[in-house]
Amino acid sequence: MIVINIIGLVLIAIIVWWFWLYKPQETVVENNEIMIEVKDGIYSPALIQVAADRPILLTFFRNDQNPCSETLLFPSLEISEQLKLNEITQVNIKALIPGEYEFHCQMKMYHGVLKVI
Amino acid sequence: MVPMTNTKSDIHLIIEGAGCASCVGKIEGALKATLGVVSAEMNFADRTVIVSGTAKTEELIKAVESVGYNAKPIDDSSETDVLDEKEAADWAYYKKLMRDTFIALSLGIPLMIYSIVIGEMTVETNAERMSWFMVGVLTFGVMYFSGKHFYVGAWKSFKNHSANMDTLIALGTGTAWIYSMVVVFVPDAIPMMARHVYFEATAMIIGLINLGLALELKARGKTSEAIKRLIGLQAKTATVIRDKKEVQIGIEQVLLKDVVKVKPGEKMPVDGVVIEGHTSIDESMLTGEPMPVEKTEGDEVVAGTLNKSGVIFFKATRVGKDTALAQIINMVKRAQNSKPPIGRLADVISGYFVPVVMIISVLSALAWLNFGPAPAIAFAIVSATTVLIIACPCALGLATPMSVMVGVGKAAEAGVLIRNGEALQTASKITAMILDKTGTITEGAPKVTDIVLAHSKDDKKVLQLAASLESGSEHPLAQAIVESALERDIELLKIDSFKAITGFGVEANCENRVLLFGNEKLMKIKGVDVTGHIEQAQTLAKEAKTPMYFAIDGHLAALIAVADPIKPDSISAIKRLQANNIRVIMLTGDNKETATAVATKVGITEFLAEVLPEDKANKVEELQRSGEIVGMTGDGINDAPALALADVGFAIGTGTDVAIESADITLMRGSLHGLADAIAVSKATLRNIKQNLFGAFIYNVAGVPLAAGVMYPFFGILLSPVIAGAAMALSSLTVVSNANRLRLFKAQEH
Repeated sequence: MIVINIIGLVLIAIIVWWFWLYKPQETVVENNEIMIEVKDGIYSPALIQVAADRPILLTFFRNDQNPCSETLLFPSLEISEQLKLNEITQVNIKALIPGEYEFHCQMKMYHGVLKVI
Repeated sequence: MVPMTNTKSDIHLIIEGAGCASCVGKIEGALKATLGVVSAEMNFADRTVIVSGTAKTEELIKAVESVGYNAKPIDDSSETDVLDEKEAADWAYYKKLMRDTFIALSLGIPLMIYSIVIGEMTVETNAERMSWFMVGVLTFGVMYFSGKHFYVGAWKSFKNHSANMDTLIALGTGTAWIYSMVVVFVPDAIPMMARHVYFEATAMIIGLINLGLALELKARGKTSEAIKRLIGLQAKTATVIRDKKEVQIGIEQVLLKDVVKVKPGEKMPVDGVVIEGHTSIDESMLTGEPMPVEKTEGDEVVAGTLNKSGVIFFKATRVGKDTALAQIINMVKRAQNSKPPIGRLADVISGYFVPVVMIISVLSALAWLNFGPAPAIAFAIVSATTVLIIACPCALGLATPMSVMVGVGKAAEAGVLIRNGEALQTASKITAMILDKTGTITEGAPKVTDIVLAHSKDDKKVLQLAASLESGSEHPLAQAIVESALERDIELLKIDSFKAITGFGVEANCENRVLLFGNEKLMKIKGVDVTGHIEQAQTLAKEAKTPMYFAIDGHLAALIAVADPIKPDSISAIKRLQANNIRVIMLTGDNKETATAVATKVGITEFLAEVLPEDKANKVEELQRSGEIVGMTGDGINDAPALALADVGFAIGTGTDVAIESADITLMRGSLHGLADAIAVSKATLRNIKQNLFGAFIYNVAGVPLAAGVMYPFFGILLSPVIAGAAMALSSLTVVSNANRLRLFKAQEH
C-alpha cells in the first residue's frame, strides 16, 4: 500500500509540475510575423516571444472543426477575431510595450501567450 | 451579370501547399508572368501573396495552379459568404459528431443492456476472457473512430503543458479501457472480486459526449441569430453606373463615389448621399424606428435599409468595411466576445480546473485503495474515472460568453449597441440616470410655436422680416424662425448692417427699417417698450417655450415663441426608468423657466438649469461620490466629458449616424425607450449569467465529490461512469439552452 500511495503522490507532484510549475520555451519571432496553427485543441506555437516597439502580425490558420476554436480573444488588447475554418485570419497588432499578453478561445481551453520583450 | 473584374489595385491570395521556401520564387514568377501584373510579393511565413496590377483574381489563381499550388482570395468574401461557409462547416461537424455518436452507442447500448439484464461483466473463465477481448478490440475501434479527436487533443495539450476537456475524457475513458484490458490479459494481477470490465463505460461515454457536443453545436447556432440577422441585412449585389451603363456587381466591388441605383424593394448596398430621386426608406432594421424616413437629394442613406417607394441614385460615401452596417456588425461581434467582470472568476477557475480535477481523481483512487471495502481496486478505478468524466470545465467556461452573445445580440435587435461586457454589467446596476434636455428628452430641433402680434395684423410680413433678420444668425433658435418662414413659402429679404449682440440678440437693416430681435434686456437697452407683453412672455416660458421680442423701427412688432418639442415617448420612457427605481435627473443649459416646464411635463423632479458642459461632469462626479452608479445620456458632442466620466455613457445616435466609438452604449434611434431597453436587457443578461455560473459551479462542486464516492460510506451510493458521461454532456447543453432562453426576452415593453 505504501508503494501505491507513493506512486499516487508522485503522480500528483508530476501534475503540479507539468501543468503549473514548468515554464516551456517561447518561440522567438525574428521579424514580429508568425503563423499560428489552430489544430487539435491547441495553438501552435502557443508561447511566442516578439520584440517591443514594432508592429506584430499574427497569422492564424484554423484547421480545427471544434466550434470553440472559432473565437480568438486578446482580452487586454480588446481584440476579438472570428477564425474561419481552413482559412487564415491575420491579426495586426500595433507595437506593444514589454509584457505578457494572453490570447485564448472564449472558454480558455485554447490558450497562448504573446511575450513582448 | 457583368464579368467579374477586380477593381482594387491589390489582390491578396492565400497559397495552399507551399511547403518550402523555394516555392516562393516559383509562385512569384508565375504571377509576374501573368498579363497585367505589376508586382507579386509572397510572404512565406503566412503563405500569402500580394499582387498589384490590373489582372483578374481568377487569372492569378490559374497562374498559381499552373505551377502546382492552390490559391484562394482573402478578404474578398462578403460577410454573408463567410456566414454561409461557417454554417456549412458547422453542419459538416454536426454530421461527423452524430456519426461518431451512432458508432459509439451502437456498441455501448447493447453492452449496457447486457450488463443490466445478464449481470456483472466479470472475467472468470478463459471463454469469457476471449469474448471480452473481442469486445475490448471493438471498443478500441470506437475509441479510434469516434473518440480520436479527444485523444489527439489531449495529447497535444499535454505536450503543450496545458489541459482541457479532451484531457479529462481521454484519461477517463482510457483508464477504464486499460483497466479492462488488464483484467482480460492478466486477470491474476487483479483480485477475483475486482475482475470487472468497463468497456461499456468507455463506449457510452464517448457516444454521450459526442452527442452532447452535437446538440451543443446546434444550440450555439441559435445564440448567434442576432448577428446573422444583421449580416443578412446586407445586399449581395449593387447596380452601379459605370461608363454610362448600369452594371450589377457584388457589393464588395462598389467603389467610393460610384453612383448606385436603388429600385423600390431593394436594399441600399452601401452608404451614400442621394443625388437624384425621392423615396421613403425603412430604417427599422437598424434603428428599431418603425416609421419610414423620407429621403431626397442631399440626404444620407445607409447600407442595409430598405427602399420602399421611388427609384433613387446615390453617390457611395462609405463602402466595404466602412459602412455603418459593417461597423455595427463588427461592434456587436466584438461586444459579443467580450466578457463582463462577473465572468472573470470563472475564467480564473477554468485555468486551474482540469489539473485540479486530475489531482482529485488520484486522491479519490488513493482514498478507496486505502480505506475502501473490497474490491478496493475496482472502486478506485470507478471513482477515479467518474471524477474525470463528470467534471465539466465547459459549463463553467460557456456560462458567461453564451449569455453575453445572446444579450448583446438581443440589444442590437432593439437598436441598442453595447460596447462591451463591462458596459453590459454596469448598465444592469445603474441607480441614477442623467438626461441632457436638448436632443435627448426633446427633439433638439426648435420650432416656432407662437407669434403674438403687437400692432400689425400681417403676421406673414412680420415673420418675413424677422426671418430675414435671423437668416444672418447661426443660433438654433434663429434657424427655427427661418425654417418657419421657409415652410410657409415666405421669401427672405436682403438685409444689411447685421450685428449680433452676444447674449442679447441681433439687429440689422432691411427695406430701410431697423430690425431688432432678442430678449427683454435688449429691448430695454434699445428703448423698446414691451411692458404690455411681459406677462404673456412669462406665460409662454412656463409652457417650456422661449419667448423673444421683435421690434421694427423702435416699436414692438411681435412676441415670437420658439420651443423644442418634447419627443412623443419621452414621458413614458422616463416613467419606465423611474419604475425601475432609477433616479432620473435632467441637466440643461437652458433657462430655469424652460427647464422647469419640461421637467414638470415629463415627470422629472430633480433638474439643474443653466448648466455648462463642465458642470455636467461635476454633477456626474457628485452623484458618484454619493454612491450612485451613474448613467449619462447625451448627444455625444458637448456632453463628451460627462459621458466619459459616467459609469455608463449612453450616446443617442440621430437616426443611423451612429457615434459608435464615443459611448459605452449607443442608442441608434432617438427614443429614450432605448435607455430602458438597454437597462432591461442588461439586467436580464446578468441574471442569465448568474444562473449559468451558479448552475455550473453547483454542478461541479456537487458532482465531483459525488463521483469520488463521498456518499458511499453513508448511503452506499457510487455514481456510474456512464451516468457521469451523460451528466457532463447535459451540463454544457443546459448552459447553452439557458442562454438561449434570453432570445425570448422582449426588450421593448412599452
